[in-house]
Amino acid sequence: MNHPSIAEIEKEIIEDFSLFDNWEDKYEYIIDLGKKLAPLEEVHKIDDNKIKGCQSTVWLTASYEDGRVYFKADSDAVIVKGLVSMLIKVLSGQKADDIINTQLDFIAEIGMMSHLAQTRSNGLLSMIRQMKNYALAFKTIQTAGQ
Amino acid sequence: MTDSIRQQFPILERMVKGKPLVYLDNAATSQKPQVVIDALTDYYSRYNANIHRGIHTLAEEATMAYEATRATVKDFIGAETTEEIIFTRGTTEGINLVAYTWGRKHINAGDEIIISGMEHHSNIVPWQILCQEKQALLKVIPVNDAGAFALEDFTALLSPRTKLVSIVQVSNALGTVNPVKEMIAAAHQAGALVLVDGAQSAVHLDINVQDLDCDFFAFSGHKVYGPTGIGVLYGKKDLLEEMPVFQGGGEMIKEVSFEQTTFNELPYKYEAGTPNIADTIALKAALDYISSIGKPAIRAHENELLEYATAQLENIPGLRIIGKAAHKVSLVSFVIDGVHPQDAAIILDNLGIAVRTGHHCTQPLMKRFGIPGTIRASFALYNTKAEVDALVTGILKTIKMLS
Repeated sequence: MNHPSIAEIEKEIIEDFSLFDNWEDKYEYIIDLGKKLAPLEEVHKIDDNKIKGCQSTVWLTASYEDGRVYFKADSDAVIVKGLVSMLIKVLSGQKADDIINTQLDFIAEIGMMSHLAQTRSNGLLSMIRQMKNYALAFKTIQTAGQ
Repeated sequence: MTDSIRQQFPILERMVKGKPLVYLDNAATSQKPQVVIDALTDYYSRYNANIHRGIHTLAEEATMAYEATRATVKDFIGAETTEEIIFTRGTTEGINLVAYTWGRKHINAGDEIIISGMEHHSNIVPWQILCQEKQALLKVIPVNDAGAFALEDFTALLSPRTKLVSIVQVSNALGTVNPVKEMIAAAHQAGALVLVDGAQSAVHLDINVQDLDCDFFAFSGHKVYGPTGIGVLYGKKDLLEEMPVFQGGGEMIKEVSFEQTTFNELPYKYEAGTPNIADTIALKAALDYISSIGKPAIRAHENELLEYATAQLENIPGLRIIGKAAHKVSLVSFVIDGVHPQDAAIILDNLGIAVRTGHHCTQPLMKRFGIPGTIRASFALYNTKAEVDALVTGILKTIKMLS
């Protein structure tokens, strides 16, 4: 399997966004991504997987297979869910080290940094931190097993 | 009238995301008129000095301006003397001051404190902490479907063990005006004191603490067109006299030795350390500004906007107003079927419209209505019907984009 790298997927997203010349199109695209993201099964919507923001909630689960980390996530707010969808597209299926080391520059490039700055309201920043924590935990377990 | 008022608020000329700012988050904080901004710069440019101690011209001017605010606040809320006016950081600190001083002294195991189901977290948590510490009981007046409560629902909770009632005069999440005067009379009859949370009411309603006969009244400067970081706690003089001190330090002392300290008289007893001089001075400018226009005129304008907005919003399919009390001021809170409030706020922000979304620091109230939060538009004297129209258009666009 030849999984594209984080940088390659980021580049693709940035190119997609460069086509939008107004905010409506940009947000409609994000809303669409949010709606299309497969909802997380109810069994995973438990407190342990919950990243609670002040206004909206994100749920995140992770699994590890052949050295790669796979994420699934959901949110009760659709724009957040659209952003979550992009994070999953970029990070899910990547190697633990790559997830730990990425700066996720695409978020600033597509003009979405303000949503990360709202740390209290949506939990997105906590979600990224949690994704990196998962990667680190899986890597640690694997290293210990060797 | 609104045009000339708007010119006095420089921020209203701002563009947000390429659109003219429509500021409808006044219940969170109001914008500041030029006179308030000028008062701040004037203090720092001309007479910045520490107050009450220095024997020099700057210190005297600063002290006089600082104390002039106290006199203006006294008149603004109808207190009897300036000794009853304590400067705080805001409503939250005022409530905490009472909880930590009066509360620590007078609340004992088995005593009861009554609050309502529509309190801001600031008027829940300090009492919760106190009740846990003292094994006292926190009782809550239930809120009905309209977002109000009947006086009987309150009086039914009064008991010989009720020591304090701490009640919000105007709900920040719903706009409901509570019948505090009647509640105070009933509470006093039962032998309880009453603290009124005036964070939302001070800017809209005529406040007369002597007429209300409340024992404590707290409000914030930044919600009455004044600066942030300055607030007021009013307390009846005899209560403030006998309450223990809050924080120790400079200003609040009379004499200090390593064996013993005697405390300053009112109101300085509760104002430890160098106070927030600049913001206190500018608060006077804000209160004078309100008085120059007159609260009745401001209220009439805001109520007109509220009625206009309510009527327009009710016409939007799927939109439900939360809080339909008979007596409301200046804000409308609502939810829309299938629209998360946060998503709505993001779309509206892109249209230059500032509203507040979320639980408004009233999580128990949101739980009572079974909702995660609302979208709240709150109006001030500078808002216009055209801005309400912009909000309605923005909401229609929001619904279209999100559905």
